[in-house]
Formats: sequence, C-alpha cells, structure tokens
Amino acid sequence: MDTPTSTRAATATVYKIPEEHYLNSTYGIRSWLLTTDHKRIALLYLFSVTFFFFVGGIFATMIRIHLMTPQGFLVTPETYNKLFTMHGVAMIFFFLIPSIPAVLGNFLVPLMIGAKDLAFPKINLLSWYIYLIGGSFVLYSFSTGGLDTGWTFYTPLSSVYSNSAVTPAVLGIFINGFSSILTGLNFVVTIHTMRAPGMTWFRLPLFVWAQYATSIIFILGTPVIAITLLLAGLERMFHLGFFNPALGGDPILFQHLFWFYSHPAVYIMILPAMGVISEIIPTFARKPIFGYSFIAGSSIAIAVIGFFVWAHHMFLTGESVYAALAFSFLSYLVAIPSAVKVFNWTSTLYKGSISWDTPMLYALGFIGLFLIGGLTGLFLACLGLDIHIHDTYFVVAHFHYIMVGGAVMGYLGGIHFWWPKISGRLYPEFLARVSAIILFSGFNLTFFPQFLLGYLGMPRRYHSYPPEFQVLNVMSTAGASILALGYLLPMIYLVWSLKYGAVAGPNPWPATGLEWKTDSPPITENFLVTPEVTWEPYDFETRPDLELDHIVAGKLPAPTHGDD
Amino acid sequence: MSDHIVPPKVYVGIFLSLMVLTAATVAAAYVNLGQFNIVVALAIATLKATLVVLYFMHARYSPKRTQLVIICAVFWLAHVALTLSDYTTRDHDVAANTQITGQTTRMLRVS
Amino acid sequence: MHRTGELYGQFENLEQQKESAALGMWVFLATEVLFFGGLFMTYTLNRHYYSTAFGVGSNTLDLKLGGANTIILILSSLTMAMSVWASHVGKRKQTTSFLIATLVLGTAFLGVKVIEYKQKFDHHLVPGYHFQIDYRAQHPAPNDDPKEIEAEKEELSKAFAKDPDLNAHAQLYFSLYFGMTGLHALHMIVGAGMLLWLIRQSMIGRFTPTYNTPVEMIGLYWHFVDIVWIYLFPLLYLIDRHQ
Repeated sequence: MDTPTSTRAATATVYKIPEEHYLNSTYGIRSWLLTTDHKRIALLYLFSVTFFFFVGGIFATMIRIHLMTPQGFLVTPETYNKLFTMHGVAMIFFFLIPSIPAVLGNFLVPLMIGAKDLAFPKINLLSWYIYLIGGSFVLYSFSTGGLDTGWTFYTPLSSVYSNSAVTPAVLGIFINGFSSILTGLNFVVTIHTMRAPGMTWFRLPLFVWAQYATSIIFILGTPVIAITLLLAGLERMFHLGFFNPALGGDPILFQHLFWFYSHPAVYIMILPAMGVISEIIPTFARKPIFGYSFIAGSSIAIAVIGFFVWAHHMFLTGESVYAALAFSFLSYLVAIPSAVKVFNWTSTLYKGSISWDTPMLYALGFIGLFLIGGLTGLFLACLGLDIHIHDTYFVVAHFHYIMVGGAVMGYLGGIHFWWPKISGRLYPEFLARVSAIILFSGFNLTFFPQFLLGYLGMPRRYHSYPPEFQVLNVMSTAGASILALGYLLPMIYLVWSLKYGAVAGPNPWPATGLEWKTDSPPITENFLVTPEVTWEPYDFETRPDLELDHIVAGKLPAPTHGDD
Repeated sequence: MSDHIVPPKVYVGIFLSLMVLTAATVAAAYVNLGQFNIVVALAIATLKATLVVLYFMHARYSPKRTQLVIICAVFWLAHVALTLSDYTTRDHDVAANTQITGQTTRMLRVS
Repeated sequence: MHRTGELYGQFENLEQQKESAALGMWVFLATEVLFFGGLFMTYTLNRHYYSTAFGVGSNTLDLKLGGANTIILILSSLTMAMSVWASHVGKRKQTTSFLIATLVLGTAFLGVKVIEYKQKFDHHLVPGYHFQIDYRAQHPAPNDDPKEIEAEKEELSKAFAKDPDLNAHAQLYFSLYFGMTGLHALHMIVGAGMLLWLIRQSMIGRFTPTYNTPVEMIGLYWHFVDIVWIYLFPLLYLIDRHQ
C-alpha cells in the first residue's frame, strides 16, 4: 500500500528485514515464556493488556447498550452495578496503568538510553507473571459473582455488605500492584545507572523523562493502595473494623488511603502518553521541541504535585472548608505543568514542517482532547461547581476525555510510531489515517454528550434515568459503536502488516532517538557496539545522518518495498 | 555504596547506643508526660532509626542518589500524614459520634 | 542476558552492576516505607480516637518478651553489619558465622512472637467472633498471679466507664497489632529465607572483597526490617505503661 505523500526516508536503499533480530534469535514457547529480553517482555505485555482492553470493552459495550432506554432493558440494576465496576477495574488496573509503561516503556527505555537491557531483566519478567496472577484473580472474581462496589471499593459496602466477589478482586489488584512497583523500580535504576556514554540527563528523550516521572509515582504511590486493599480484604475476611463504622472504624479513612494512590494513578496513566506525544510532535514537525527542559521538569512536577491533591475526590464527604480549599488550590496548581506541556507542543508546531502521518494525527487529537479533559478537571476542582457536578456524567466525561482521548490515543499513536521499530514493517498509512479519524469522531460523539448529561444533572452509576436524557444517551451509544470500529481497525491492519507491510528499515520517519540508529527489528542486545552520544535531543537541524534535505525540500518519493 | 569500610568498633558503638536508647524509651514510658509521651517515644525511635540508617546501612558513606532516595521516602511517609489535615479540620469528632450498635458483627455473606 | 563470572550481560562492568543493585534495593526499601506507612496512618488515627482502648490493649502485651525481642533484633542487625564487614575484608569464615548468628537471632525473634501470639489466642484477644477484652480477667488461668488479675479488672472497669464500646475499640487495637506485627514477621520470614541462601553462598566461597553485593543488599533489607520494629515496639507496647 503506497502513499504518495509520506515522510519516509528518501533513499534509494531497498530495505530488508535483518537476518537476525530479537524475534527470531530463539524459537519455541519456552524462549518466550522464560525470556529476559525487554523487547519480548514488552510484546508479552502487549498481548495481555490488549486482552484486558477487550474485557473492559465488552463491559463498556453492555453499559452503553443498556443505557439506550431510560428504564434500561438489558440487565438488572444489580448487574448494571457489576458492569460499570468491572469495566473500571479491568480498564484502569489492567489496561491503562500498565499499557504505555509496560509495553512501550519496556521496549524503548533501554534502546533510547543506549543500554542492552533494563537493569533487572529477570525482575522484568517477574513483573509480567505477577500481572498475570493478579489478572487471574480478578478474572476469577468477574466470573464468580462479579463485583458491584465501583472500582473505588468504598467501604463498608466493599468490606462488609457487598454480596459480590470482592475478596478475590482486591487480592488480584493487590498482587498486580507489585507488578507496577517492580516495573517502576526497574526503570528508575536503569535510567540512573545504565545510560550510554554521553547520554546526559538533558540529552534524554522526553519519553524517558516521562517514564522516570511515572516510575516515581509507581514507587511511592502503589504501596499505599496495596496496604489499603489488603486491609479492606482482611476486614472482609476476618470481620475486622478498620473501615466499618459499626465496629468503630472509619470509611473516610479508606477513602483517604485509596485516593492517596488513585489520584497519582491518573498521572501514571497520562504522563507516559505525554511522553509519547513529546516524541511524535518534533518528528512530524521536523523541529526540535520547544522548551525541552520545561517539558522534562513539568513531568517531574506533575508527579510530585499530583501527590498533594487527592482529597479533591472527597469534597462531598464533609471536608471542612479549609481542607477543601487547600486541596482545590493544589488541584489548580497541578494543572500548570500540564498546560506548560500543551503550550510547548503547540509552539513546536509553529513554523514547523508538518506532515500528517498517523502518529501525528493521534498526537494532535491528543492535544485537543486532553485540553478539554484537563480544563473540565478545573471545573471539577472548583468547590462551588463540584457540589453540582460531582458524581454526575460530567465527571465521567472528564476522565474519559483524559484517559481515552488522552492516554489511549497516546498509546495508539506510540504503537503506530514505533511499530516499524518493533516489527520491522510499515503499517498501511491510508487505512491508519482513516482509522484515526474514525476513532476521533467516535470518541467525541460518545463522550461529549456526557458533559451535557452531567451538567443537566444525570448522576453516574445509575442504571436508569429520566426520559429527557434519552437523546444524549443514544448519541453516546452511537458514538461508542463508531469508537469500537476505530479500535478494531488497527488490531486488524497491524496484524496484517506483520506479513504484508512494507519493510521499514532502521529509521523510516526519520526521527532522532537512539532507538532509530539500530535495525528494525533490533537484535537482542539492541546495539552491536555501545553507542556514544554527542548530539542534543531532537536535533533535526544538524544531524547529518538523517538525510533531511530531501524531506525539507518537499519532495517525498514513495517508500520502496523490500522482500523479506 | 562506596568502598568505605566501617570498622567493627563503630558498629559495636552504635549497637550500645541503641541499647541505651531502648532502655530510655522503656523508662520514659513509665513516666507520665501526658501528651508528650508519644512525642518522646517517637523521637527516641527516630533517633534509633537514624543511627541504623546512617551506620548499619552505610547511608553516611553512600552516594548522593541513595541519600536522595532516603529523603524522598521519609518525606513521602510524612506526607501520608497530610490526611490529618482533613481530620483536624472537621467540626465533629468522628469517634465520639459513632455508637456501635453491636448488631452488625455477623456478616450477611462473605466471599 | 548471560553471566560471565559475576557480571550479568546487561551491565558494562561490575561497578555499574553494583551501583544498580544498591539503587534497586534502596528504591525497594522506599516502597516498603510507603507500604507500612498506610498501616501507621491507620494506627495514628485509631490511637487518637480510641486512646483508652489502645492503652488497655497495649498493657496486655508482655513487655519482657517485647523488650527481649527488641534487643534480639538490634543485636541481629549488629551481626548482619559485621558479616558485611567480614565479607569486605575477605574473612570468609567470619562472614558465614555472622550470617548464621543473624539467622539464629532472627529465628529466636520469630519464636518469641509465636509465644506472644499463642498467649493472645488463649486470652481471646484475636479479632474475630470470639474477641473479648476482659476474657482473661473473667476467666483467669490457675497459674495467673491474683494481684495481676485484680489490677487488670480494675483497669478494665475504669476503661469501660470511659469508653462503653471498649470491646470493639480494643478489637481495632488488636487488628492493628496483628496486622503490623504480622506483616513485620512475614518480612522477617522472607529475610530468614534470604539469609539461608546467603549462608550457603558464603560457605561455598562466593563472596570476596571485590564481590559481596548480595551480602550488602540483603543486609540493607534486614536493617530495614529492624527499623520497622524499632517503631512498632514503642507504638504497640509502650502506649500507657504509666497509669
């Protein structure tokens, strides 16, 4: 599938898939299940997170179908509670949190810093197995009675009164937390100690900065939810009283401990996506990123300040005005580093030589949708306003704009951007662009009406609603079906491209990172010789090896196809 | 971790200090200091912990990044206490207004 | 990645490997700090609200056993630090001896804990259906000191007067007692397992002045577990000894 206008490297070379690379260096199922190669582990995660994405997606589909009529015709109210709970648990803990770090982060961090692997490859594999074990417990919970407490597991519903399979679920999430912690630990150590000669902190790609910031949150936040869910589980199993008022416990304590992690968790979900965008934008604007150190610093700032705002989820629990004010103010503060990034990305585009490849479409979509999601977060942080829109569809729309419009689009953009590196093949560009546009349109049709619904007063987590809300709900469901198509198409054509896609060569875009200086797909050790870094990041102007004069001149020959 | 080798007598010295501090904390527990009992207990415990971290764990001789990790961990631990900002500013005393009915000690069903 | 000698393939040299191991262990300990942190937060709030019950609960703990355990554990930290020193200066036999001493002390600690837990079980102080704070006072064992029982009865009646829901609140104290010491004991068991491995490796001569990273790293872990106990001891055992 040729595209006449693309930014593929304009050389006369016909690329071939390298003789030996990480995918064919060893064969057999054991070589995959016992691998310590970060690239293979990344692919193992890719399959697992995609599976959980499907699981969460099925629940979402059922929710949207059920909500087409005001009385709800698909399921009983009790089952409806289970649907939104399981949708949340599957998507948040088993898709969104691991997705970019465990798939793209695992694959790329060593490549980007010039290392042969992560610092602790066996622990990396262990992380994946821990993820699977945690996931199995949760799937067991889903299939033996489900979960109806909301993904937030508020007590005493979850720890005392719920008749659903809470215990295996909290156990599963507890176990899964260690997968995150170990991944974060691996990244922090690797980035500190294994950078190639010349790769100073301020020459690191911004994706690596983003992973570092995310890893800080993994390390410092996840243990708190681990202990919290452990306590809730113990309370349920042994009738203890930490969070049960009937025994002298305090449900608000649960909420504090829960949100202490779960708020930073949302930054776990968005920071890596922002890192992806920071890689894509300069590449497809052919310009160094504007304000590199500010973007790097803002990642750390978001990670740190994000730990100070959690009680904004608890404004309606009887917090005093003083506590609420403090948390509201801090929530506004944490928006500033995010805004810095958006300004810098936009400034990067200014006077850039912009091309509309699929990753760029996802990145531009990200900026727009994250903007809306982020700004509506400020609405929610405003105390007076939150009283009216808390626990309504306004909140649901807000976080879906960030998590789907932001994080998932960042994830898909990253998958497309690095697909040539991962697989050695190019995906079909025209179909991919169409798919991105379908996804963007479907997304907006699904979730924009939900802002209106929330503003008009429709509460979240309700299985039925007043008839006047039906039109908007139907629009939302219609959008969801288009969105689903936008997700299915990449799954199909990416798999297709593995056999029939054009051979990519080392650097099809071309982009400036170290990962593009090695073969596509890379050899197991990543680099034949440890590279030495002498250039600044995103240096499109002076890197002679990128052969940019052809592209800058506007003449873009079609990519050549190589045989395998 | 640096190559600085700490001589055994330093370790023994630290151990003895820890023993003295343990005795001190037990003794202090028998004195009624009202509100300050907990302060004294935590202060002594923190002093003991500091000695262990600095000398037994070689933090004193470790690279800066190790010291940064320690400071971050302590800071974040203290930060969990930001939860108290909610509890200390609420109007009512949660515990005082909770009466245990004693009727819900049996659960409906547990899974 | 393959290993050549003690150098794992992903590292450029032993120096980088050691740096990574150290940073990795410290970061892991940071996660443990936050893990216990949630428990300490729960403890703080509950102790503040239910100070009477916490005092009563704390006084049922045997201070002699708790104090002995504190000494045992700090001593084990000393022997652990000594084994690290011994491996640094190439004294193989001493390294092994000190590691064995650490393991013995750690096991002694766990043994004392078993005794303490059994005591709690006998006195119906394990949270759950049979929890009863005044069980021992009501049903003293034949070899219990009658003066002690009298003192306990008096303490309990004063406490019940201050806090009618004393039983439930004391159950919270014991939930935290078992939760915190149980989690700590679990960490010690893991530590003991690692010490067994270390002893074996030391006996076959694996540790030299150029390579003793596992001894140091597991030493860090062991000291951390000691620090947790340094806080647990006053917080659980010494709440209200001055009445």
